Amino acid sequence: MGKHIKTISAVTLPSTIKDRGCGECQASCQSACKTSCTVGNQVCVKDNK
Amino acid sequence: MLHKFEFDGIKIVLDVNSGSVHIVDQLVWDLLEDCRQTPEDIIVRKYSQKYNPDDVLGALAEIKQLEQKGLLFSADPCQGAYNPPARLEVKSLCLHLAHDCNMRCRYCFAGQGRFGGSDDLMPADTGRRALDFLITRSGRRKHLEVDFFGGEPLMNFTVLQDLVAYGRERGCETGKEFKFTLTTNALLLDEKVAKYLNDQNISVVLSLDGRREVHDAMRPKPGGAGSYDAVLARIKHFVDSRDGANYIIRGTYTRHNRDFCADVLHLADMGFKNLSIEPVVAPADAGYSLRAEDLSQLSSQYELLTRELLRRRRAGSPFSFFHFNIDLDGGPCLPKRLTGCGAGYEYMAVAPNGDIYPCHQFVGREEYLVGNVSEENLNDRVISLFRTAHMYNKKTCTGCWARFFCSGGCHANAEMSNGTILEPYSLGCDLARKRLECALYLKAAESGVQQKKT
Repeated sequence: MGKHIKTISAVTLPSTIKDRGCGECQASCQSACKTSCTVGNQVCVKDNK
Repeated sequence: MLHKFEFDGIKIVLDVNSGSVHIVDQLVWDLLEDCRQTPEDIIVRKYSQKYNPDDVLGALAEIKQLEQKGLLFSADPCQGAYNPPARLEVKSLCLHLAHDCNMRCRYCFAGQGRFGGSDDLMPADTGRRALDFLITRSGRRKHLEVDFFGGEPLMNFTVLQDLVAYGRERGCETGKEFKFTLTTNALLLDEKVAKYLNDQNISVVLSLDGRREVHDAMRPKPGGAGSYDAVLARIKHFVDSRDGANYIIRGTYTRHNRDFCADVLHLADMGFKNLSIEPVVAPADAGYSLRAEDLSQLSSQYELLTRELLRRRRAGSPFSFFHFNIDLDGGPCLPKRLTGCGAGYEYMAVAPNGDIYPCHQFVGREEYLVGNVSEENLNDRVISLFRTAHMYNKKTCTGCWARFFCSGGCHANAEMSNGTILEPYSLGCDLARKRLECALYLKAAESGVQQKKT
């Protein structure tokens, strides 16, 4: 943590490519008639195990 | 690309291309505007009236350090282009068990459940063929999802039970794991149905719009009477029966309840914990459709909701508002963020007659027909159209700071508002960005990190 900048998330998107993209996560419908979720709402299945 | 915003005194910076999030003080907030294109000595001089030069140099050093770590001013991880995998791997199906409904919701995009056709129920053998289609087309995917949808799917409860049993059996045989979800208006959710859903561990999405007058105005029964009392009694009983687990209450807000924060809190006050209230998507000429001029009020409602949610969490009575859920550290990987909802190639909808469409919102639209569960051949043109409709192919997304969170938004909303799935629904984008800011603020506020004033 710096004096002027406090980082609350330091995960970088490029780092999530490795061993990912398995597609086992939930579909992320974004229409209003279902429980729409932006993709960002999701949790990686691998992290959840 | 950075996105800077301030919420209740907290200055937040999202580094768009890496996804990292920072809380900054006023000094860094100012410096981020010109620190990359201006030499240090000129910056120090520029801010000499406002800040101590040592502080400016210290802040610049912090910015540089984060830049070197790829956490600020990072480059696009895909260099502005993306080629989706060519293979078709379907992992999720929306099964329209019934094109019929026992309610007459005024905003129903499905035309009272019929999707422009007749009031059919899906036969069991068609449903079974749909599950076989999913297994066959899922390739290496182990986890498969099936959402029972309609119309009102509980009007075809016998077939629903048959398909759950069939899916489980075929899943064991083929090494696949089915997750079933039911989306229901709850009118038929009696004790027998509840017990079955609990025993089978089926996730349930329950439709309830909030306050009685709001719900009844848009969700009447066929005779015109409101459904609030009947639905609420069913939902309360059902949620209790599964100890408050594995459910979500979802409602829709329209132009008639732009003060929708009150509806969310109404549901929370009744003890429901998993909530989602969504903006209606409707033709522009519908009296209840949201308009561009509503944005300011709707944004204020999300802010109100954010503050109240935070207050309740801190007071020990939390609830979850689906659109504010965000996992910054364990969120989706980059490939997932690029594929988005996957409609038309990972996710498809099946009508009662077995016809396959890119998603439930396109059901009944001949030009988007993908195929039928009884036939081998699929319409490659439609599949390809959806597979390539990712955010790098949507002009407005390339300049948007939220693109790695929403992945280009809902194709159906885009098509309804602009006639093409490649041009996102602009009001929907505005609302999505507002919700993301609220979600990021909640993370910042709950991080325990406070910035001192410089």
